[in-house]
Amino acid sequence: MANNGEFRICPTTGLKVHLPAEMLIKANAVVAVVFLAIGGLAGLLVALTRWPAVHLLPADDFYLALTAHGLDVLLVWIIFFEMALLYFASAILLNSRLATPRFAWAQFGLMLVGALIVNVAVLQGNSTVMFTSYVPMQATPWFYLGIILFAVGALIGCFVFFATLVVAKAEKTYEGSIPLVTFGAMTAAIIAVFTLVSGAIILIPTLFWSLGWVADIDPLMYKTIWWAMGHSSQQINVSAHVAVWYAIGAMVLGAKPLSEKISRMAFLMYILFLQLASAHHLLVEPGLSSEWKIFNTSYAMYLAVLGSMIHGMSVPGAIEAAQRAKGLTHGIFEWLRKAPWGNPAFAGMFLSLVLFGFLGGISGVVMGTEQINLIMHNTLYVPGHFHATVVAGTTLAFMAITYLIVPLIFRRQLVMKKLAQWQPYLFGLGVAGISLFMMGAGTLGVSRRHWDITFSDAPLPFDYPATAFLMMGLNGLSAILAALGGIAYVIVVVASILFGKRIGDTEPIATGLGTVNTYGNSETLRIPGTVVLVAIFFTAFVLYYFVNWKYLAEVWPMN
Amino acid sequence: MAITPPSERIWWNQPIHKVELYWIILAFCWGLVMFFMMIYWHGAGSQNLSNEAYRIKPELFAERAQAMIDQYTVREEGIFPVVHPPPGSDVYLIARLWQWWPILEFEKDQSYRLHLSSLDWQHGFSLQPVNINVQVHPGYDLVMNLRPNQAGEFGVICNEYCGVGHHTMIGKIYVVE
Repeated sequence: MANNGEFRICPTTGLKVHLPAEMLIKANAVVAVVFLAIGGLAGLLVALTRWPAVHLLPADDFYLALTAHGLDVLLVWIIFFEMALLYFASAILLNSRLATPRFAWAQFGLMLVGALIVNVAVLQGNSTVMFTSYVPMQATPWFYLGIILFAVGALIGCFVFFATLVVAKAEKTYEGSIPLVTFGAMTAAIIAVFTLVSGAIILIPTLFWSLGWVADIDPLMYKTIWWAMGHSSQQINVSAHVAVWYAIGAMVLGAKPLSEKISRMAFLMYILFLQLASAHHLLVEPGLSSEWKIFNTSYAMYLAVLGSMIHGMSVPGAIEAAQRAKGLTHGIFEWLRKAPWGNPAFAGMFLSLVLFGFLGGISGVVMGTEQINLIMHNTLYVPGHFHATVVAGTTLAFMAITYLIVPLIFRRQLVMKKLAQWQPYLFGLGVAGISLFMMGAGTLGVSRRHWDITFSDAPLPFDYPATAFLMMGLNGLSAILAALGGIAYVIVVVASILFGKRIGDTEPIATGLGTVNTYGNSETLRIPGTVVLVAIFFTAFVLYYFVNWKYLAEVWPMN
Repeated sequence: MAITPPSERIWWNQPIHKVELYWIILAFCWGLVMFFMMIYWHGAGSQNLSNEAYRIKPELFAERAQAMIDQYTVREEGIFPVVHPPPGSDVYLIARLWQWWPILEFEKDQSYRLHLSSLDWQHGFSLQPVNINVQVHPGYDLVMNLRPNQAGEFGVICNEYCGVGHHTMIGKIYVVE
């Protein structure tokens, strides 16, 4: 049973906060932010090197920085933050104690040790194999070992989360079903188990291969299983950041899901179908049939995309309904115009939603079309796409919820409020630019992971069009903007945690919690603003999809 | 709210809002359109990567390429042989650290069976500025049926990271009238 002495009562929500859970949330979030800073810096160096007029780093350092960038932000920052979210969505939201805090500290310790080992291995310079580490290119055994330890740690974290759900249910700490946000976090944790097991299946033999105990790893098999980790882990992020969108909508505006059933069904679709996405990386690979590619790349007829499109209406719809219930009912968009744009949690969340949908979602589906992939595979279009999903989507959403976690969990008031207000716009604009200009360069054929697109020391000449160079320059400028936004985030968060005014035990903070009860019902619900936004999205999607078929039809015939 | 248990305990029996229902139906149908579009293109379109591929030992692939080079080399360009194989024939392009070998010369509007394989690590065949991108693995021979429909000089870039000389790995394909 829980020791009652280990709880405090949150003055804002009235929830019981388990102190060991709170400590773990803090620890994971702090380490996450540290690695975001390191990985983000590496990313800036990469972007400045790819800006032909600047061309900052020499080739070997560039490839090293690119490897570190991928690992530190895509893996370490995001998964550490997700661990904090899992503990928040289970112990805190369910009013429960966290199951086995000791195991949770093992999660923290293993992930930290793993992350440090990988970073040291990469910085030593003989593991410059990129985040993907495709065989037969080989890293040192430490590289694989570090990732495996990190993954085992994360797996433990998932099981602590599941165990906490069981504990909360058994100890009846809540009434009825778990909250939608916890359901979304559970989706993320279930996908994480699949993902981490796939990672173990492929990285353990690869570790043995690097030690010389296994003679050969088939490159196609490696890719197929590696991406069952690599891509599915992005679906952990999607589930987690969609849960964060719902959470911020609720915490800032008191938004209530339009339909619990529909939103949960959409999460369920992620669990059922997102794992097929390994195929997105194998569309122009030898040895796989078109039937396999079509079925898998479309998540069995786009059923996981359907899940995201449902959230794409229900998240803004819930916000619109909450705003209208407060009386912001003039015209189509008063609810949006008068939204709390000065609150960085809301601004970050809404930018994340829009950028993820319009830039990340559409480009991902288009690029994941079997034949269209031929004109995009391994060009800069690919990082253009995933910076929209993982940076503008996941990272921006995580930044946004940090502005709520600092007062609620760290119990410190935000300092430098003006900087915090600007931060989501600065970062969002920068990342939108990064995504768009990389996609633009990719459409012109510019290769990803490439040090020198002028080919100055190559034996044969080749010239990319001048527009491509313009795109790379604009990408560099956007990266500077995004880096400024990232630095602003780190400064605000670190300064708030260290120097922010302490919030007392009985002092509630101002939120929109509990201000909205109901708005409309199934017959009378009116969310015209959301309908217009969704219609714009759908039109853009259809047009862009067919434009790319037209581009494809113009390349050399291959039948 | 989304952070509290659902207010209606029997939430799964709540009716669905019409606006959500219509959106789900529309989105589902759009998914079907996109799904069948890929199948349709296999019949109606001309840009489909073939499913023809074989396992092959790198030495054997190198041997076959060398036989082609010996038979059809028409001139040299620096260290590279320029090979002009007959239309319809099997053409071999070797990917290795850090070269595309040899330079190929095709005739416009003729078909070729282009074999791609790597002798060492993975590479990426990126034909520019046409923008056709295909992954090249060691141990796998991918056969593409390629019919160039423009004349000119084309670059073959490597777009799969293959070590520190990756950015110098560049090849060439000529298409003549």
